[in-house]
Amino acid sequence: MSSNDVLGRTEGGDLRLAGLTKRYGSFTAVDDLDLTVPQGSFFALLGASGCGKTTTLRMVSGLEEPTAGRIFLGDQDVTDRKPYRRPVNTVFQNYALFPHLDIYENVAFGLRRRGVKDVKKPVTDMLDLVELGHLAKRKPGQLSGGQQQRIALARALINQPQVLLLDEPLGALDLKLRRQMQIELKRIQLEVGLTFVHVTHDQEEAMTMADTIAVMNAGRIEQMGSPAELYENPSTTFVANFLGQSNLLTGTVEGVDGDVVTVTAHGQRLTLDAARCPVRSGAVILGVRPEKVHLARTGAEIPAGHNRLTGGTVVDTSFIGVSTQYLVTLATGEEVSVFEQNTGREIQRPGTEVVVHWDPSQGFGLEGGQDIEAGAADIEEDAA
Amino acid sequence: MTAVVPSPELTEPVEPPPSARKPKRNWTPWVLLAPGLLWLVVFFLVPIFTSVSASVQTGDYDDGFKLTWHWANYSQALTDYGVQYLHSGIYSVLCTVFCLALGYPVAYFIAFKGGKYKSLLMALVIVPSFTSFLIRTIAWKTILADNGPVVQFLNDAHVLKLTSALGWTVGNHVLASPAAVVCGMVYNFLPFTILPLYTSLEKIDPRLHEAGHDLYCSPFTTWRRVTLPLSMPGVIGGTLLTFIPAIGDYINAQLLGNPNTGVVGQKIEDLFLRNTQGYPVGSAISVVMMVGTLVLVMSYIRKAGTEDLI
Ligand SMILES: Nc1ncnc2c1ncn2[C@@H]1O[C@H](COP(=O)(O)OP(=O)(O)OP(=O)(O)O)[C@@H](O)[C@H]1O
Ligand SMILES: [Mg+2]
Repeated sequence: MSSNDVLGRTEGGDLRLAGLTKRYGSFTAVDDLDLTVPQGSFFALLGASGCGKTTTLRMVSGLEEPTAGRIFLGDQDVTDRKPYRRPVNTVFQNYALFPHLDIYENVAFGLRRRGVKDVKKPVTDMLDLVELGHLAKRKPGQLSGGQQQRIALARALINQPQVLLLDEPLGALDLKLRRQMQIELKRIQLEVGLTFVHVTHDQEEAMTMADTIAVMNAGRIEQMGSPAELYENPSTTFVANFLGQSNLLTGTVEGVDGDVVTVTAHGQRLTLDAARCPVRSGAVILGVRPEKVHLARTGAEIPAGHNRLTGGTVVDTSFIGVSTQYLVTLATGEEVSVFEQNTGREIQRPGTEVVVHWDPSQGFGLEGGQDIEAGAADIEEDAA
Repeated sequence: MTAVVPSPELTEPVEPPPSARKPKRNWTPWVLLAPGLLWLVVFFLVPIFTSVSASVQTGDYDDGFKLTWHWANYSQALTDYGVQYLHSGIYSVLCTVFCLALGYPVAYFIAFKGGKYKSLLMALVIVPSFTSFLIRTIAWKTILADNGPVVQFLNDAHVLKLTSALGWTVGNHVLASPAAVVCGMVYNFLPFTILPLYTSLEKIDPRLHEAGHDLYCSPFTTWRRVTLPLSMPGVIGGTLLTFIPAIGDYINAQLLGNPNTGVVGQKIEDLFLRNTQGYPVGSAISVVMMVGTLVLVMSYIRKAGTEDLI
């Protein structure tokens, strides 16, 4: 398409943000953001409400002017380019479909503005892709929320932008439709091979869809990596708590012996894989995911070499079916949660005296001195 | 409007007696409608009826008028006042167009850039209307006076030479010319254009503008493709609210015009108040104007409804 040149598309167009900052008065919404989104990847921006996700997207699309920093598409600096001159399209958080145009014209809008003569085939194909071809003559007001969402997606996608920005596009959908759309979105992304930057505060959504996740907190990127990397090796307590659940224990490094780090926490000796612990001395936070922790009645046999925390009491047992979730209080007052898979083992009643134990290679270490509750409240909010 | 709500004592007597065994009728809507209906009958239907009937009568003020089905009144109404119809038409269309051209940017600015000052700015648009229509029109005699700054400037800039050649102004004066009439009309009717425009622009979600920018629209194209179509109800409402009173207006022509800027309203006034035999023809002209305006407005609305105007 010749119009590509007008919009300045480039080959190998990674999206790169360099020192991107946005301040509203004295409040910093986005703080010195540096990141690269490789072309053709599915990138998720994950973070709690108000952490600056929308603001970041708006700067990429050009609807908001950065206070500082540059935005590059491939080797081109697009920071000062008007939004309508960027090869970037947005699926808005609130859809923003044009109420005076029917579905067909909404989808055709971008093509028409770029002077594409024959829009019939692309529009029909796009409507088929989102499976709403039969609603072409309707006005947006006559569609359900989920249908509007798919039209918003079609309206942006039809332009084959270099980068597609999705601002919580699935937020308004019910769980079932949401899962369905997640699969659909991922399929479309693989099919058309465009770069997707997907904003969400649903960690499960980010994990299932993205190649790379950036966890944002208060305008900064806390950690970036593949879903598995982030889950297995979080680098801060915020990420450990925000992405899934974690048991975090504060302790002190006693010594390093080869690839084993020995830690005392709550008066008990525990070990960590040196490869998964950046701390070599002093304060440390030891983390382990609830599904990697096991329960044993006090006195029962525990596999050799396992880390163990003794003197625990079960205070809550929730049988979920596939698993049982326990809350155990240690003698020192700390709470440990344990998810045990339903493999036919005995279910421990509240009040039972137990030992919690886990394979040392399953734990991870974090820099000491952090707030071990950081990011955790958001999970509860989401669940509520 | 609370005064219209009927008290129970008021509705009870009109209810049929129980012995009638009819299903109980609910009179409340009728009681509520009654004052309005009465108003329409007395001040709308009766005058229309008397006008139409007067338009086919003959006679004079001293001997009285009789219904003689004198249709010739209409041929006189249609043939003798062509210039006035033309003036009324041209002035009111010009007034509507200028009001739209001036009012749209004002309404747009207040709706989208007004922020917390929106209400204040709209109040400023309306406040001048609290002064009498006549006083405001007479004020334009001062504004456009020969030794006033406006005319001085236009003279110095040699604009009046051009406009006078075109017949819009007369010699070195603006006053007592078609231009002055249209100026006065635009000034007087501008709030009627701005109000409905503002109402419909204010309802547009500014995020649609962002969607437009995102989909390759320059600010102008965004206005053309998104804002304008969405504000059409305001454009139609505003132009109608301006055009309908403007076509019947004769105060501006009388106070700011000259003998060659006569409009239909002035002729009707003459026929009714200064001519002992003028009632029938005056009524015929009124009926022609009413029907003419109605036809124009209906075809305009129909065209607007099919989006031909955008
Ligand atoms: N125009 C503005 N003026 C002042 N502050 C703003 C403005 N826009 C956003 N903010 C602030 O910037 C912060 C980041 O906002 P942003 O919309 O980017 O959040 P978000 O991460 O998208 O949140 P959510 O998940 O709720 O959509 C918020 O604290 C918000 O209050
Ligand atoms: Mg947001």
